[in-house]
Amino acid sequence: MLRIALIRLASVVPVLFGISVISFFVIRMIPGDVISSIMGQDFGDPQVEAAMRRYFGLDMPIHEQFLNWFGGLLQGDLGTSMRTSRPVLAEIAERFPATLLLAVSALVVSVVISIPFGVLSATRRNGFLDAASRLVSLIGLSLPNFWLGILLVYVFSVTLGWLPSQGSGPGGTIGLAYLVLPAVTLGASLAAISMRMTRSSMLEVLNQDYMRTARAKGLSERVVVARHALRNSLIPVVTVWGIQAGALLGGTVVVEQVFSWPGLGTMVIRGISQRDYPVVQGTLLFLALFYVVVNLFVDLVYVYLDPRLRSGH
Amino acid sequence: MVTDLASAPPPVARRGGGNLLRAILRDRIGAAGLVIVAVMTLAAVFAPLLAPYDPTAMSAQRLAGPGGTFPLGADEAGRDLLSRALYGARTSLTVSLIVVTCAGVIGVALGLLAGYYRGVLDGVITPAMDVIFSFPTLLLALAVVAARGPGTENLIMALVIVFIPSFARIVRGTALSVSKEPYVESAQAVGLSNTRIITRYVLPNSVAPIAVQFTTSLAYAILIEASLGYLGLGVQPPQPSWGSMLSSGKSFMELSAWPSVVPGVCIMITVLGFNLLGDTLRDALDPRLRGR
Repeated sequence: MLRIALIRLASVVPVLFGISVISFFVIRMIPGDVISSIMGQDFGDPQVEAAMRRYFGLDMPIHEQFLNWFGGLLQGDLGTSMRTSRPVLAEIAERFPATLLLAVSALVVSVVISIPFGVLSATRRNGFLDAASRLVSLIGLSLPNFWLGILLVYVFSVTLGWLPSQGSGPGGTIGLAYLVLPAVTLGASLAAISMRMTRSSMLEVLNQDYMRTARAKGLSERVVVARHALRNSLIPVVTVWGIQAGALLGGTVVVEQVFSWPGLGTMVIRGISQRDYPVVQGTLLFLALFYVVVNLFVDLVYVYLDPRLRSGH
Repeated sequence: MVTDLASAPPPVARRGGGNLLRAILRDRIGAAGLVIVAVMTLAAVFAPLLAPYDPTAMSAQRLAGPGGTFPLGADEAGRDLLSRALYGARTSLTVSLIVVTCAGVIGVALGLLAGYYRGVLDGVITPAMDVIFSFPTLLLALAVVAARGPGTENLIMALVIVFIPSFARIVRGTALSVSKEPYVESAQAVGLSNTRIITRYVLPNSVAPIAVQFTTSLAYAILIEASLGYLGLGVQPPQPSWGSMLSSGKSFMELSAWPSVVPGVCIMITVLGFNLLGDTLRDALDPRLRGR
């Protein structure tokens, strides 16, 4: 187990390095110049321009810039926002909890919907419930989550007036009522994928010989499904959650925008529109790292859950 | 004997397109998917003929309801929603088709290089693909668009980068396994060139998974294009796109729901069509997965 964990951990290193190289050069690919886009109308004064170039370290050769940036990165320095002059890491730390809360709530929504329906769908294969839940999950896969958000806002905020449509609560706090719509929006599309996965994984397990054995032992169908089938079928589903973490992080960016949720997503979009490159670079890098770490964790859980993998194959 | 083997047709039965089409149509779900995709494609191609108005022509009937002058109502600038939705289909399908085709060609080429030739090429290509893969899709697209600025060309470039790795992975896998098959080894032994081996044996074996990936990628590309459009980073106004229509529609939701309903329904139906088609293709081409 420890050996596998170490190997898996080592395999993350080149990926992390690759991600930091990508995020560094993506920003340097900008046509024209960062300085000219920050200065906008004021562009033209060579002295100001030279000073700004020095200030942002853009007068150095590219490899030195990279080493500087990477060195800072290793020390947890993601640069300074060009708009607020605050460290990017501090801004991320301030907004990450809201994004994490939203993502975790969405995951809870997804699990609560997908597992019962996935199991029922598989145990009553080709029945009405199966057909209905497969259709619903296919539709869930096909509708953009931000549109679902807009529809929910229309129904529950604009028409019924039950739930708030914007923000997270008065004065930067996070109110439960504000969390409901964004979490359901984000969770629903995840539930669609999860449900399909749970169903197909359950079907696979239900066909195994040990299911017949369990029934032959005289166990009730309930125990057979809950203790033998579900537990085994959840193993591959866990991996899907890892992959979904990516969809979740991408999804938060759009869903946060729909609900003006004060997380990293709205920060990144604001950074893009204000051309605040360190913020964009830092946040994307942070989200990608977070994604890699989540997947690493999921892989380890997977190995832990499946005893066959623990022996080191 | 050996020559016979090498010149024999590839072991993958070359099912004509007719058989595949029949297999799709036999399945009610697959037929529904095919019909949706066909209707949407026709709507996109013939948008200039079908649209009752110029999609960018404004009028005084702001946020007019459906019926009346405008079949599906008008948006906040009094533009006809039906015409905008039709032209939006054009934008969305063109962008997705270009993106997935380019990504498919590049990805297949990279996958073949890595899987068939292996060695150094594999050592460079595969880790590079893994790094791209380890970036959440939308975030990577966002990063590229953030760097290059919004606009159709940059959007396409961003999405191509995002979609390459999945094609490369699939093709690398089949190329790896096929190149170890006895019939490929014997083809090499009789001196068939690598190019011929690839086109005659390796590629035909990859066609099925590529076709499935192509269809589902189209569905996904439409969704991401719409998301970026919603965020204001996709195709720029005044050219209509479903994503940006939704974003401006949302601002006027209290006054009229139509501008935020019409484009969403279009996206949903189109993506559903490609998903249904992709599912059926997967079943038709790989019977082991049927009903999953």
